Amino acid sequence: MAREFTPKVVTANALIEGDVVYLTADDRWTRHLSEAELLIDEADADYRLLQAQARTGEIVGAYLADMRPGESGPEPAHFREDFRRKGPSNLFHGKQSEGLSHA
Amino acid sequence: MYHYTDFDTAFLAERNRQFRAQVERRIDGSLTEDEFRPLRLMNGLYLQLHAYMLRVAIPYGSLDPAKLRQLAYLAELWDKGYGHFTTRTNIQYNWPKLSDVPDMLDALAKVGMHAIQTSGNTIRNVTSDHFAGAAPDELTDPRPVAELIRQWSTDHPEFQFLPRKFKIAVIASEADRAVMKSHDIGLRIVERDGARGYQVWVGGGMGRTPMVARLLRDFLPEADLLPYLEAVLATYNRMGRRDNKYKARIKITVFENGLDTFRDEVETLFPQRRAVFSGVDQDWLADIRARFVTPTLPERDAAAYYSARDTDPVFRAWADTNVTPHRHADHGIVSISLKAHGATPGDASAEQMRLVADLAERYGHNDIRVSHAQNLVLPHVALADIPVVYAALREAGLGTANIGLASDIIACPGMDYCALATARSIPVAQGIATRLEELKIEHEVGHLQIKISGCINACGHHHVGHIGILGLDRAGVENYQITLGGDASETTAIGTRTGPGFAYDEIVPAVERLIFAYLDLREGPEETFLEAYNRLGMEPFKSALYDGEARAHAAE
Repeated sequence: MAREFTPKVVTANALIEGDVVYLTADDRWTRHLSEAELLIDEADADYRLLQAQARTGEIVGAYLADMRPGESGPEPAHFREDFRRKGPSNLFHGKQSEGLSHA
Repeated sequence: MYHYTDFDTAFLAERNRQFRAQVERRIDGSLTEDEFRPLRLMNGLYLQLHAYMLRVAIPYGSLDPAKLRQLAYLAELWDKGYGHFTTRTNIQYNWPKLSDVPDMLDALAKVGMHAIQTSGNTIRNVTSDHFAGAAPDELTDPRPVAELIRQWSTDHPEFQFLPRKFKIAVIASEADRAVMKSHDIGLRIVERDGARGYQVWVGGGMGRTPMVARLLRDFLPEADLLPYLEAVLATYNRMGRRDNKYKARIKITVFENGLDTFRDEVETLFPQRRAVFSGVDQDWLADIRARFVTPTLPERDAAAYYSARDTDPVFRAWADTNVTPHRHADHGIVSISLKAHGATPGDASAEQMRLVADLAERYGHNDIRVSHAQNLVLPHVALADIPVVYAALREAGLGTANIGLASDIIACPGMDYCALATARSIPVAQGIATRLEELKIEHEVGHLQIKISGCINACGHHHVGHIGILGLDRAGVENYQITLGGDASETTAIGTRTGPGFAYDEIVPAVERLIFAYLDLREGPEETFLEAYNRLGMEPFKSALYDGEARAHAAE
């Protein structure tokens, strides 16, 4: 039997700022994981990744990151993605310090 | 301090002009990321977890006030007001924007600094003894030789695409303060029968296959250095593996082929290389020595220092750990700890950098060093001035008395910043240091080096920590392995794993148990942690780590 597909989001780093971005269902890059499109079908995820990778003038290093569906959008399945969504734990820098004004 | 020539300045300006154009072409879409990536890496620009990171070279860890002030300026204008000093004695900026980097590089060039060869499979920043020019035990200042190697290796066309990165350290004393034997090539300047030369060590390194360097040449005449280095590098360039990144360092080349075979290859090539050298490199070396301005230290009455020690116990405690004897008895080497308890090891704010620059100018003959242990050093301070220097440092949060103690922790950026990391290291360092401060025991514990890496690449030098900590990802959870008995000094040794790893919230208590076990086990305060471990072996420490834990679980 085929292994169950772990839901994914397309994520990358913004070309100029280098900060973490996620692909939305309406093809925007968002700074907020909660707005990302949760991909539950493997073929669809691969297709969305290919589309994202073609946008080289906007982002760097797009890949699929494992997620769980949560109450307010996708939640990271792994702690690495949790750090990417917040910022470093030693200093209040990065996303955690920027709030919604950056969106 | 070495001062740049017109040639150096023109070279940097041209490199920066090229990179500015490359960044513009990346942003306007003419270059893809695949095309741009090697170009940005050649200029020290990485992409990390949350942002770009610019790694600026600090050759052999030497700075002057103008350079340090410029580093502060970059931190303030284009970053978040601080910089991070690394184990390769470089500085990293964690938050630059791609579009700002060309301006940052131009600002660096104004003070003769750059980010060239701080990445890529090239010869990286040459490191040296952070006490060079001040240590009583050195034969000569090793930095002119390090500068010669820097000039020779910068943009050397033959060595821009080595199998893997390549690190060289140069020292000139028996004591090794630069972890020389953990380098691809380690050089020790020695004297034999009145002649200067080099002991050449090869194939040291950390990473997933840690190895202590082996002696390749016991005595290399001074004039043969560059042709011999070329012979070693060319041999490695040809024999080194390119099929597997993890087997590409020279340590594997030497290990797989055998030291004798490797040496034979080098010695066969060496005469050919030497024949091509006209001796111009020795003229350069003489010229570099002349450009290294070493301060003339006037005699000073040291009474103020000794009376401050007698009257102020806080000053005395700091001086005991942070002031090292200078070759001039009326001077001292002042180490400035970037390891305040609970702070990020190696971070300095722009204000702190400016203060250190001011102090170097006023009291330190314009000389500042970065140590591989991620601290700063004022190598030439008159003892009489040290109480004033200490007061200023303390005011700026730079007066922590812990050099060489358990909270003077080397830690890589780990998963808080690094895209390669498998776990965090900074919060572990913060947690250990904070706990030590609560317990107020580290002065009693004495010399103890804890080194933490957030992945197998070992940027945090965990293999050579007396206590080494390696953060891993075990089934999606941070897990920390402990090694004991590593040694970063001239008696270099790789630590041994204690056993199963510890969870993130168990690692600080585990280190605490090790420290208390040592206090129980030592023969007296003069026996260090490492000496006690070497005498007793793993068992009692293992028991402290795991038996106690088993008891605690049983009690739950």
